[in-house]
Amino acid sequence: MRYLLGKVGLLLLTLWAAVTLNFLLPRLMPGSPADAAIAKLAQNGPVSPSTRAAIEAQLGVPTGSAWDQYLQYLNNVVRFDFGVSYTFFPQSVASLVGTALPWTLVLVGFVTIVAFVCGTLLGVLAAWKRGTWLDTLPTVGGTFASAFPYFWTALLLLFFLGYVAGWFPTSGAYGSAATPEFTGTFLLDALYHSILPATTILITSLGGWILGMRSTMINTLGDDYVTFAEANGLHPGTVAIRYAARNAILPNLTSFGLALGGVVGGSLLVERVFSYPGVGYLLYTAVVNQDFPLMQALFLIITISVLLANFIVDILYGILDPRTRR
Amino acid sequence: MTPTGTTRPATSAVKTISRGHHDAGANPLRVILRAFLTIWSVPKARIGVALLGVFVLLAVFAPVLAPYGATDNSFDRSEDMSAAHWLGTTAAGQDVLSQIIYGARVSVFVGFVAGLLSTIIAVLIGLSWGYLRGLAGDVINFIVNLFLVIPALPLMIVIAAYLQNGGIGMIVLVVVITGWAWGARVLRSQTQSLRSRDFVTAAVFSGESPARIVFREILPNMTSLIVGSFFGASTAAILAEAGLEFLGLGDSTTVSWGTMLFWAQNSNALLTGQWVLLFAPGLCISLLATSMSLINFGVDGLSNPRLREGAQR
Repeated sequence: MRYLLGKVGLLLLTLWAAVTLNFLLPRLMPGSPADAAIAKLAQNGPVSPSTRAAIEAQLGVPTGSAWDQYLQYLNNVVRFDFGVSYTFFPQSVASLVGTALPWTLVLVGFVTIVAFVCGTLLGVLAAWKRGTWLDTLPTVGGTFASAFPYFWTALLLLFFLGYVAGWFPTSGAYGSAATPEFTGTFLLDALYHSILPATTILITSLGGWILGMRSTMINTLGDDYVTFAEANGLHPGTVAIRYAARNAILPNLTSFGLALGGVVGGSLLVERVFSYPGVGYLLYTAVVNQDFPLMQALFLIITISVLLANFIVDILYGILDPRTRR
Repeated sequence: MTPTGTTRPATSAVKTISRGHHDAGANPLRVILRAFLTIWSVPKARIGVALLGVFVLLAVFAPVLAPYGATDNSFDRSEDMSAAHWLGTTAAGQDVLSQIIYGARVSVFVGFVAGLLSTIIAVLIGLSWGYLRGLAGDVINFIVNLFLVIPALPLMIVIAAYLQNGGIGMIVLVVVITGWAWGARVLRSQTQSLRSRDFVTAAVFSGESPARIVFREILPNMTSLIVGSFFGASTAAILAEAGLEFLGLGDSTTVSWGTMLFWAQNSNALLTGQWVLLFAPGLCISLLATSMSLINFGVDGLSNPRLREGAQR
């Protein structure tokens, strides 16, 4: 229980720090968001002070002292009020994020779990068969594939399987005729559209899990209890899975949380390539259009999602390893 | 980079280094040569060193090696591969091969500079943080963990979006801001385990200053970790630079592999079927990044002979 409370406390503190960082970032940077919007307008002619005031009022540019702004900002964040998007003007940032988030969560979440399970199994196998081709192939292949830039894997798959072979759709998350709803046909269509982005993330992130699991597994294999189990004449598979892998997976689980940030970052680029309507594509649109409120909100949402995922892994770690609960 | 394995202070490479500052005559060249041979003895790392060498040579001798200028756009547009243009031309009429060769400059430069700066910050923070105890340590712990958890690429994108079209300097800055934390954490845990060793206690009793203990006594024992985090940070920097430029967040007039991919996507190279435009820059980025990961396989042996290839487990 103390373990859980400590973790919750840490989560709250980290959340606060992330929220504060998000508040400080635009204020540490040169120029103000409203200036950027006005600069865009100014290309078409001079902007009068009254127009400027109107824009600032409309876009919700904060006024008052820094401390007042901060309190106002915290209040808004708690109520999920992130203001109005510059690009998709009448729409609120919160509603835009709400439409985009499920696509990314399902895509990245599902692929990450698949990659973790497959990578861990391959890593166990590589360490157990150390020195054979079962070790060399996944290790070298994994090292090479994890050096692929996400967007490059995506571009290659898009080109060869999407354009040349024509097996898969080249953009979007569902066909242009379909409307998002919970029917079999729509879900199948969405699944079909997600194959290429999912494969990209899988190919690029798998190597990290293989290498991580392999190195912890090799350390575990050197432990006395593994030698003892072998000396007892237990079945090799039993020694590998129930003795060595079970203990080796714990350190690998901690890196799960940290690696997740990288996968989320990579998926942003993948979404850009496939025009997949998730958080990454929205962030790209926001950046290109200098839509600062939308950009800030997306950064915050992405960070909070990764923090929460880390928190869940921490809790899971506590359940799996009783030593950490002491 | 297995943090658990590299805890032996008395090794040949380290002895050479620590002997180095007793008599000033000991040549650093021999130390470097020996380190190089240690890495070279690992087959995987050998491939990495050779690959990295090729890219560094490409970058240095780009003006000699490239058939045309990098920004020379006097050729026919979107040409296929031919004897005059081995990899064809871009939609703006530039020679692709020349751009690839000149592009090596940006990637090698960003990888080296950003990797070096991140590593310096990681060493300074990691070592002092590992040696400090009490509240200061806790505060640094929190900050480092925060930087580790916050997804780096979105943070880079946001910062880069505010610093409009900052060019390579901006990209290096952004990469360093987000890239030092991992190395700091690895180095810190190693410092913590070394500080309880007898040789550190002896140094404390002989009245050495904390700064000297940290940087003269403890630091040389972490050669392989530091070199490892340098290559790790460089790899991350190269991939991040390419990613940011692919999104159009750098200066899109710079000739680099990232901007080549940016232009390839934006000039519809996918539709015209010029797959080389996509394939070549990405392959170069992957190969450069792989070369560094491969070198890291040999780095473990630098300060721990037990981890050299072929050693018993």
